[in-house]
Amino acid sequence: MADTGLLESLLRHVEKVEDGVDSLAVATSLGVDHQTVVGAVKSLQTLGDVILAEQRSSKHWELTGEGTEIAEQGSHEARVFCAIPEGGLLQAELMKLPSGKVGFSKAMSNKWIRLDKGHQGGPRVFRTVENIEDLVQQKLVLVQQGKSAKLEEKEKNELKKRKLLTEVTVKSYWITKGSSFSTTITKQETELTADMISSGSWQDKKFKPYNFDALGMALECGHLHPLMKVRTQFRQIFLEMGFTEMPTNNFIESSFWNFDSLFQPQQHPARDQHDTFFLSDPALAHEFPQHYLERVKKVHSEGGYGSQGYKYDWKLEEAQKNVLRTHTTAVSARMLYRLAQQEEFTPVKYFSIDRVFRNETLDATHLAEFHQIEGVVADYGLTLGDLMGVLHQFFTKLGITKLRFKPAYNPYTEPSMEVFSYHEGLKKWVEVGNSGIFRPEMLLPMGLPEGVTVIAWGLSLERPTMIKYGINNIRELVGHKVNLQMVYDSPLCRLDS
Amino acid sequence: MKGPSRRLERRGSEPLKMPTVSVRRDLLFQALGRQYTDDEFDELCFEFGLELDEITSEKELISREQGDVKSEGASENVLYKIDVPANRYDLLCLEGLSRGLQIFKERAVAPRYRRVRPSGDPHRLIITEETAAVRPHVVAAVLRNITFTQERYDSFIELQEKLHQNVCRKRTLVAIGTHDLDTISGVFTYTAKPPNDILFKPLNQTKEYTAIELMNLYKNDSHLRHYLHIIEDKPLFPVIYDSNGIVLSMPPIINGDHSKITFNTKNVFIECTGTDLTKAKTVLDIIVTMFSEYCEEPFTVEEVEVVYPDGKTLVYPELAYRTETLTADFINKAVGIDETAENIAQMLTRMCLQSKVVGDHIQVEIPPTRSDVIHACDIMEDAAIAYGFNNIPHTTPHTYTVANQFPLNKLTELLRHDLAASGFTEVLTFALCSEEDVADKLRKNITDTEAVHIANPKTAEFQVARTTLLPGLLKTVGANRKMPLPLKLFEISDVVLKDESKGMVMYTLCLYYYVGARNKRHLCAVFYNKSPGFEVIHGLLDRIMQLLEVKPGQGKGYHIQAADDATYFPGRCAEIFVRERSIGRLGVLHPNVISHFELTMPCSALEIDIEPFL
Repeated sequence: MADTGLLESLLRHVEKVEDGVDSLAVATSLGVDHQTVVGAVKSLQTLGDVILAEQRSSKHWELTGEGTEIAEQGSHEARVFCAIPEGGLLQAELMKLPSGKVGFSKAMSNKWIRLDKGHQGGPRVFRTVENIEDLVQQKLVLVQQGKSAKLEEKEKNELKKRKLLTEVTVKSYWITKGSSFSTTITKQETELTADMISSGSWQDKKFKPYNFDALGMALECGHLHPLMKVRTQFRQIFLEMGFTEMPTNNFIESSFWNFDSLFQPQQHPARDQHDTFFLSDPALAHEFPQHYLERVKKVHSEGGYGSQGYKYDWKLEEAQKNVLRTHTTAVSARMLYRLAQQEEFTPVKYFSIDRVFRNETLDATHLAEFHQIEGVVADYGLTLGDLMGVLHQFFTKLGITKLRFKPAYNPYTEPSMEVFSYHEGLKKWVEVGNSGIFRPEMLLPMGLPEGVTVIAWGLSLERPTMIKYGINNIRELVGHKVNLQMVYDSPLCRLDS
Repeated sequence: MKGPSRRLERRGSEPLKMPTVSVRRDLLFQALGRQYTDDEFDELCFEFGLELDEITSEKELISREQGDVKSEGASENVLYKIDVPANRYDLLCLEGLSRGLQIFKERAVAPRYRRVRPSGDPHRLIITEETAAVRPHVVAAVLRNITFTQERYDSFIELQEKLHQNVCRKRTLVAIGTHDLDTISGVFTYTAKPPNDILFKPLNQTKEYTAIELMNLYKNDSHLRHYLHIIEDKPLFPVIYDSNGIVLSMPPIINGDHSKITFNTKNVFIECTGTDLTKAKTVLDIIVTMFSEYCEEPFTVEEVEVVYPDGKTLVYPELAYRTETLTADFINKAVGIDETAENIAQMLTRMCLQSKVVGDHIQVEIPPTRSDVIHACDIMEDAAIAYGFNNIPHTTPHTYTVANQFPLNKLTELLRHDLAASGFTEVLTFALCSEEDVADKLRKNITDTEAVHIANPKTAEFQVARTTLLPGLLKTVGANRKMPLPLKLFEISDVVLKDESKGMVMYTLCLYYYVGARNKRHLCAVFYNKSPGFEVIHGLLDRIMQLLEVKPGQGKGYHIQAADDATYFPGRCAEIFVRERSIGRLGVLHPNVISHFELTMPCSALEIDIEPFL
């Protein structure tokens, strides 16, 4: 805030004039620097409508450093002329003078001096006229006195070319009285205080206006991880659809539940070291439901339940091998087996969202662990059309309505369908999930009644999240390398909008 | 049009390793008898369950892999790379692919594959008992009077490679050998011998090698070295001889040079050896059904007698047709459509499953090309594909159920929100980590951690499943040292502990067949600042207990008591007891732990098991 004295003198100045006054004029008349007046104008502006100030700019001519020198000491050519005595001056001597070079040529072209090249003792310079009139100095003095208007444009431009004059733009304010003009300053309050409220003094005070263009203060708060926010929404969708959550808190699974119970043959490439993490400790599982295990062995090696089977030598040792589960379908198998042990079958709808593990090559979209979302419905007489209908309802809740289905292959579902949705941004169909009807060779050995169909689908949690938040590299979303700023800044998750 | 981008999305349910078949577009269209635009062909693939993965050319492929210079002069013919379902071995070559699509579009009828006996005695292949210990099975067949062209020959070789990589499981289950029959003479013998006793000139070599030398020779062969392990530690190696002692092949590694085929070969002897007889028969059937098309009498295959050590003789190829009988009602009810038996029979016929209506039933004949059809549900799927997946009306099942949350997840969800409301930020870290992360860096011994160990990690990042959430949080702090302090982080997630006890807890009901390890749901939080902030972490514990309705105090409440833990600074660690049961620890981390995670500031931490609060 500029000092109150200055502010009040400025206000008194404004009071005297009807149509307003230029800040430059105020500076001249108060005898202070223009910038000080500008500061005072800005201070007054913060006090409300005391004054109105309109910014304007004006151009005017000023002397350059060299111009100022000439205005005081005369032009270079004049100084050269004055330096030459009656008997002339050696050219070499003349050139040593500060104005020598420039002044010599200018004085020559003005025909003030002449050069005698053949003079004894070297070239010598002589005056040719008695007196000279230094017009350049006179013009510059006019500009210095603020009378540049007396010069013609042509003359000014010529001096500008000689770098003696320069045209400068000056920003100033045109100051007029505001609606609440007063010559005295009332100090504005920055904030309302408890004292003001209790004393009622707020009623007589003026408050400094807020700058609504600035951002508010960054709050100190906790945040939820964006992938977990998406997980919450998927849980919500399944719960809205009446699906019960499966207990998936078992990352370690035996090959039996992870593969064999799903009718996935023991030579299947997914059971390769290159795809699955096997355990060295605890390497093997020992507890299995014995009767069921025998039925699984039989359906793989010999067939049955209307199936030819795979006709190979099924080995218990393969089934015992512990793995990091490669899909949550291992849990679905356990749940369906448990369901089959009930006295009487009851229809179920199950879901889970949890981690699965793959020992495969990592890249920008693949990590060794990711979250699988899975939905399962078991009931009598479900059809492929029912699966499509459920998928349609599920994806509609994600804001995806345009779906189509492609036949696919999966060892434990038949039919198997890849689910594609039309991506408006990419202008093409992209795969959003896999689905199918569990094979009878999987369900019947568990003891589920004939006629019970189990439909299921799966997708990853990371992929829709990456699309949702525009993340291209999965490492920016999952794991310890994520930038916490991303977590801090992530918005609400509303999948359908 | 589209690159491999679609593949990126294939994740979530199953690692579908679909084989990719490269075919020359012009040859394919010639076989299909018409032209398609790329989009039209893409649509056809989609409908049939294939995927046009990439459109390229040989030149482009070479340039991508070896640079522009090498690609100069390479063919610019357009190549279609088509993804084929992993169980459809009949679509792995141009011949099968075009045949399948033509039949699907009803522009051709499925051929009838026949095994024929030659006018004289059939060729015989005698198995000796030595093979039993290394590679017990062999099947064989002859393609008589075949006409190869360069393209057909290339396709024949390529199909063998595709089969080797897929159904043959990289030659472990089955290995294929093809020979110019006119260069060898039966009777053939499949035997097994000590590697030093096997001497022959292998394919494309100029001199003879013993099997031992060969194994050395191929150790650095970019292709063959992957198959050496199948037999290298066996005392006897499998080998096939003709009646003059000529080596046909030393499966599953290499064929002999003597009997190699060229595109001038007229008569081809095919042998498939293996450890899985079913797969060997399937592979032989596929090769002969695909390429008998080019025989003088198309789709006929000359039989070979295989004589077993016990004297039993079997005739191959099997080329077995099987009939399944089902009803229209079964198909309609499974798919959710309403079609007549006649229509369904016609649809199945389009899928190479020749079908006819007999009374109330549909008789479906499964040809030898369709080893993937093993159950009525496979037939049902083919009917649905022929009907068109996208023509099936969507319906809503009437299954009435009441939803329940898994109690542990319900508790987790509730706690997460209130921890964030307490000013802590949730992080998400990996369940797999290095031994060092859970042991050395925390100043613990790995043998004391009860960690589950992974047998085949590709890198140290995947040696163990985490036994504590703390390292993940500290690594997150380490990656975010530029963020303003303090950092207040938490995670609620599972750790995994080895646990041989059989006593199962109620809420892990599903685990009643136990594998020897179990998850435990942990809550971990850290406070990282210029001062340790033990009071902050302690305050968080109080808040968590308040949320869980546990009051401070001994007995039925919670209390903390000084504890020794190498991870924590001496005298700055306490054990947390809830209802007199230890649920975890809190304290100021040991300075060395801070340094191990490349951190510079003091840090206090809390980690508890939340399962006791269910």
